Amino acid sequence: MTVPSESARTTGPSDISIALTGSGGAGVMTAGNLLLEAAARAGWYGLMVRSSGPQIRGGEAAALLRIATHPVECLSDRFDVLIGVDWQNVHRFAQEIPVDTASLLVGDPDQGEPPEVFVKRGAQLAQVPFKKTAKAIPGSWPNMIMLGVAASLAGLPAEAVEQVVRKANKGSGDALAANLAAVTAGFTAARNLSFAGSLGGARRTEHPRWLITGNQAAGYGALRGGVRFVAAYPITPATEVLEWLAPMLTEIGGALVQAEDELASINMIIGASFGGVPSLTATAGPGLSLMTEAIGLAVSAEVPVVILDVMRGGPSTGIPAKGEQSDLNIALNGLHGDAPHVVVAPNSIADCLSTTQWAVHLAEQLQVPAIVLSDQFLGQTRSVIDRPADVQFMGARSVLEAGVQGYNRYALTESGVSPMAIPGTPDAAYTADGLEHNERGVPSSQSTDHSAQLDKRQRKLLGFEFGSHWAEIEGDGDADIAILTFGSCTGPAREALSRLTAQGIRARLISLRLLAPAQPERLAAALAGAKRVLVVEQNHSGQFLRHLRADSDLPGEVRSLRHPGPLPIRAAEICREITEWKAA
Amino acid sequence: MKAQKTRKPSARDEETEFLTRAWAMEVEAVERYSTLADTMEEHNNPEVAELFRKLARIEQLHADGLEEHNRSLRPQEALAAGKALWETSTGPETADPAELHYRMQPYHALQIALAGEQRAHQFFVKAARAAKSAHLRKTALEMAAEEAEHVQLIEDWISRTPKPDANWAYDPDPPGSGD
Amino acid sequence: MEGRMNTASPAAVPCTPQTFKSDTKPIWCPGCGDYSVLSSLTKALAMLDLRPENVVVVSGIGCSSRIPAYTTCYGFHGVHGRALPAATGLKVARPDLTVVAAGGDGDGYSIGGNHFLHACRRNVDLTYIVMDNHVYGMTKGQPSPTTEPDWDSKLAPGGTRMRTFHPMVIALAAGANFVARAFSGDPNGTAKIIADAIRNPGFSFVEILSPCVTLRPEQREWKTQVHAAPVGTTDDPARAARRIMTDDGFNIGVLYAGTRPPYHAVVGVGTRRVDDLETEFAL
Repeated sequence: MTVPSESARTTGPSDISIALTGSGGAGVMTAGNLLLEAAARAGWYGLMVRSSGPQIRGGEAAALLRIATHPVECLSDRFDVLIGVDWQNVHRFAQEIPVDTASLLVGDPDQGEPPEVFVKRGAQLAQVPFKKTAKAIPGSWPNMIMLGVAASLAGLPAEAVEQVVRKANKGSGDALAANLAAVTAGFTAARNLSFAGSLGGARRTEHPRWLITGNQAAGYGALRGGVRFVAAYPITPATEVLEWLAPMLTEIGGALVQAEDELASINMIIGASFGGVPSLTATAGPGLSLMTEAIGLAVSAEVPVVILDVMRGGPSTGIPAKGEQSDLNIALNGLHGDAPHVVVAPNSIADCLSTTQWAVHLAEQLQVPAIVLSDQFLGQTRSVIDRPADVQFMGARSVLEAGVQGYNRYALTESGVSPMAIPGTPDAAYTADGLEHNERGVPSSQSTDHSAQLDKRQRKLLGFEFGSHWAEIEGDGDADIAILTFGSCTGPAREALSRLTAQGIRARLISLRLLAPAQPERLAAALAGAKRVLVVEQNHSGQFLRHLRADSDLPGEVRSLRHPGPLPIRAAEICREITEWKAA
Repeated sequence: MKAQKTRKPSARDEETEFLTRAWAMEVEAVERYSTLADTMEEHNNPEVAELFRKLARIEQLHADGLEEHNRSLRPQEALAAGKALWETSTGPETADPAELHYRMQPYHALQIALAGEQRAHQFFVKAARAAKSAHLRKTALEMAAEEAEHVQLIEDWISRTPKPDANWAYDPDPPGSGD
Repeated sequence: MEGRMNTASPAAVPCTPQTFKSDTKPIWCPGCGDYSVLSSLTKALAMLDLRPENVVVVSGIGCSSRIPAYTTCYGFHGVHGRALPAATGLKVARPDLTVVAAGGDGDGYSIGGNHFLHACRRNVDLTYIVMDNHVYGMTKGQPSPTTEPDWDSKLAPGGTRMRTFHPMVIALAAGANFVARAFSGDPNGTAKIIADAIRNPGFSFVEILSPCVTLRPEQREWKTQVHAAPVGTTDDPARAARRIMTDDGFNIGVLYAGTRPPYHAVVGVGTRRVDDLETEFAL
């Protein structure tokens, strides 16, 4: 079997966005994953976002890919190619798949017309008979034809695709041959399509790279930080964190317990951490709501735990499979009483690793719960990334080594952190309590004790040196315009920044990782001299802006660029806003 | 108490067991009266708290006396094993904590003590009856006689103690709130 | 208040029940059954030759849940209804410790009901003692799941009119490995049952009738109503199930002591190092 050779193209576009759609078992996700893996094998970067209807099986599905010769952190503003194995209910994805006159729509002539909503945008139409072609190759599937077409349009070398298809079909000789033939047929069919957006040929990169999702990265970061006990309840879009951690924890000598609900999860990890083992749970908005009472217990009893919240559309059940940055309110202010705690937010898929690892370090060091605000986009998007540099954050709990006469668990130390006795240590037993207590840990309703302990629990956070990981500050530090954001909006903001710079518009970008405790002085320094501050966030009410204003006077004019999920904030929106603002 | 499975208990074993029980009875009574004193102190009833402390001190004297009398005893081991030494659910002389009331009067506390001493007396009478050796019987009867004295002492004490009036338990306030 | 310190070296002096009692004076009303339960617990721990630093008492909220601080063991006084998950997480992470969860009937069977079910199912090696007084004591007298249906109260005038919760039936049905009832008025007997419970592998459940002298003074009659169970312990769940269905609520003793293997998290010495895991992602 011969594989058509690709003409080596060393120049041309460096970035292509392809959407694959279909339904009813068409295997769109499989094809998408193989396409991403082939790109990885070819030495490129890329990412894939999955979108699907609510059905468990057979629903309409879309694999949204961006493939590039350089690292990418978000979807593009538009799609170059939309390939539909069929068009069942694909119109539901219209808002997520923006196309225009430069886009190419490829469909099966036997599956009817593409949805009106795409056609009227003026995209070019082309046809490939996926079903008929697959039927002509016994044992093959239409999605493999689609894979060949997509790979060819992307400019991927056929060898790369062949390698990943081999790997996926290991051990099934006939199926493998059929699928390889189908891929080849796809390449052949693509030849007939008029398309100028293909990327240059294969390239070698020396930098080690990973293929990973944000959920996996967060799980790995937790283990690197020292977590060895996890208890959790499955919830979209956090379940994959647990699925990855369960076997890994076993292999490194830890344990994962599937709890009966989120109330059990949070209390289990508090119990395990009380026993001395760094612990974590992963959830989404509804689960975080359930956990708030116990998170307050961890604050009061000063027991470190990490809660990973993979944010999704809210409120209530909301939009489970789509990201949104709307859990800020509850993460920051959802605990009753005055309950200072740590909240951090990773700003990219790679950053999910280091920031979760950092969260474990902070929780352990400060004996406090730390909430990590990831989101569905970061969590479930699979991406080829440069291998992240190792970070040195490691859980370092202050532990009482040996019993002392009159041990005060909650002693009023200068730093606010008091050594914790771990069960098993003689002559140091104490009772951890959610009730307010004195230094010894005995329940107390005295005003002096309450004030002293409140001061202690606040002091330990406010007096801590959080270091340079608190924010990522990029661009022109003297620029009038500042973009202020966090989390998954950082990717589009970075792209906007580079486009603006190319247009001669200077701007600086500040992406916060540390959301609580607030760092007003450092923020003021980062914003010093800015005349226009654009606060970018993916929610309806401006939770981030309100949080910033609670602790800081933002300089100059302040504008809010925001909209809720399910659609991401795109680089073009940020560019447009700033360009218009500058002109105003 | 060692389980004597392979040979018949000797007179010496029987005596050791008996003295250990007697000692444990006093010690348990001391602990119980101390706990009751703590409880009444915590519930702001100092008069009864002090009375229980006095009773605890008295029982401690009895316990010390027994230990003095029988240096060869190693009762700590028996207690450490925490083994149930009694046929009843607690030692005969141990006050029943369910008999307390936060507003109880010294009169009530003494009734509790009286019941304890009476049970202790009964314990020694029964032990004397069941004793296999003459020496043990003699010892048990001596101790029974001592308990009888204690009973008398408490009864005298009671006679000097005012009876509570009908409203002793009255508290106009409803129960407070907790956690 | 000073906690009792064990300054002697562990090997030298065996622990007595007093070793396990702290100096903290309970806030329980004089006459409360929980004093006896505390006494029984400390006796049981001494009987088992345990040391305070290796025992953790985990509780929720309520009068009974105050118990951890009254022992010299490590204690965890958590939030209402969540003693069992905290105890579970602790035991799975630290299998070397002896973990005793404790609380009342409200904490355990109402808000804690779901966790009770799943803790019985999960069968982690820990012991759960519930001091049941058929009332919400700490909040001053509301019906609990074990309160009689016709007990009048402010929040349920005329009674709840709900069938009572039968904890031993539920425990047995859900898979607890040891199910027993004890009575606070029999401290030695209760101590023995608690010791047996701790000794029995897996999830051991001990329901302890413990009268509330303040809100349910009529429970003084319990001491005339309790009686030793007419039959001995069985390890046959079906037999236990038949027996419990005719239980009068006052049978004292161990109903069921099973042999189901306890939950074992797959923990232990790891076969891989954390740093090696990056091969999962490396291209």
